[in-house]
Amino acid sequence: MTNSSSTPLIKIRNVHFSRGSKLIFDGVDMDIQRGKVTAIMGPSGTGKTTLLKLIGGQLRPSTGSIEVDGQAIHKLKHKELYQLRKKMGMLFQSGALLTDISVFENVAFPLREHTQLSESMIRHLVLMKLHAVGLRGARDLMPAELSGGMARRVALARAIALDPMMIMYDEPFTGQDPISMGVLVRLIRMLNDALGLSSIVVSHDVQEACAIADYVYLVSGGKVIEHGTPAELAASDSQWSQQFMQGLADGPVPFHYAAAKEYAEDLMGVDI
Amino acid sequence: MMDFLQRLGVKSLGVLERLGRGTVFFFNILVSVPSVLVRPRLLFAQMYSVGVLSFSLIVISGLFVGMVLALQGFYTLSDFGAEGMLGVMVAASLVRELGPVVAALLFAGRAGSALTAEIGLMKATEQLSGMEMMAVDPVARIITPRFLAGLLSMPLLASLFSAIGVLGGYFIGVGLLGIDEGGYWSQMQAKIDFSEDILNGLIKSVVFGLVVTWIAVFEGYDAVPTSEGVSRATTQTVVHSAFAVLLLDFILTALMFGDN
Repeated sequence: MTNSSSTPLIKIRNVHFSRGSKLIFDGVDMDIQRGKVTAIMGPSGTGKTTLLKLIGGQLRPSTGSIEVDGQAIHKLKHKELYQLRKKMGMLFQSGALLTDISVFENVAFPLREHTQLSESMIRHLVLMKLHAVGLRGARDLMPAELSGGMARRVALARAIALDPMMIMYDEPFTGQDPISMGVLVRLIRMLNDALGLSSIVVSHDVQEACAIADYVYLVSGGKVIEHGTPAELAASDSQWSQQFMQGLADGPVPFHYAAAKEYAEDLMGVDI
Repeated sequence: MMDFLQRLGVKSLGVLERLGRGTVFFFNILVSVPSVLVRPRLLFAQMYSVGVLSFSLIVISGLFVGMVLALQGFYTLSDFGAEGMLGVMVAASLVRELGPVVAALLFAGRAGSALTAEIGLMKATEQLSGMEMMAVDPVARIITPRFLAGLLSMPLLASLFSAIGVLGGYFIGVGLLGIDEGGYWSQMQAKIDFSEDILNGLIKSVVFGLVVTWIAVFEGYDAVPTSEGVSRATTQTVVHSAFAVLLLDFILTALMFGDN
């Protein structure tokens, strides 16, 4: 196994992917370093979640390669893929908690499925993971009784239950109030450093993602537009980066969706 | 004309593709059956929600169908002075035909639609994706226990439907219309054949259970993960199951009883 700290944990090379006739990725290259928090940012609809699914092996690229911990994930057999996934955690935007079992049972779920641990050991581990996200007291609640932020924290406790080598976060800050947002930002950084994880955060919340990321990739139009540390991107003179990082309404990404006719012509003419 | 042919072609290809996906899905279920059998608790939990919770619907419907059969049968049989055959008529109709078919249609409406909606919503809320990413195969963990529960529950429910129907016939025939109690039961005992009637009826209910549950879990798993998609999948489960049950009933009846 290529486990040395100098080699990237994930190597993405020249990945193309399309859904139907729509091209989502048109030659993407990325390196995700071990032990770091890497943010992948870009406007909505640029396929950031699709990229996480490609890394997790839920989708396969049309061409190109994706190596996770030295293994080409798109070439793995079903059994090998599932073995590798035990070392990967993923936090879905919705939390994806199982709605028919309690918070405790949700966190215990991967432990019960993949280990033969005794009930008392499972209890200890679950309480430790829930304590780490500040929700030990919510263990008996059902997922429907949790707020959005709490559900994501429970999902995070579940994602770290098997002590994975990496966690992928899909839009962790979307729809959160400022307090939950602050809690999540702190948790992602803290868990990454305390547990020696590698984290990938897919987000379009520039400030929050930049606050915790060691390295940032900006993705748009199926390509990596720019990459670097948050400071490097903030100082970048690329118009596109400036528009995205500063949230400008108009720029290389136009305010107006492309229309077939000029404005005046459209107003004067009869639409057929 | 070309346009029509093109649309027909596209539609046919879509149907074939879906049938193909359904078949692959069915084989995936079969492959994961051993993993469920070593964890019977998963199966028992599903047998409760699929089978036990359908119990009252099956009992009440069976009772009324049996009672109506007795009422209708009595007036026809009495024209020929053959009221004594009422027990045989009720039992044969139920065991051979109405038990498996009506129970399967009720099962599709009650348990099949619930299965589709549950699995479809799990897909829409990313619970199935979440499981995949936790290295837990959703087919083995979620689908197969439900499929096996449906497969095992259906013959039991159909048998229960027939048994309660026979009792319903008894209440009406003996209790209300006054036919001989001994005749009702003894004629039934003499004329209903175990392999010809009961076993064939049981085979029908196993086949219906397999098809209805397969349709239900596949529609849920293959649903478009939106509220509209789940709603459409639930409707399709009931409609496709009803068609499949009635079509298969005709084929099975022709094979089993056609040469009599």
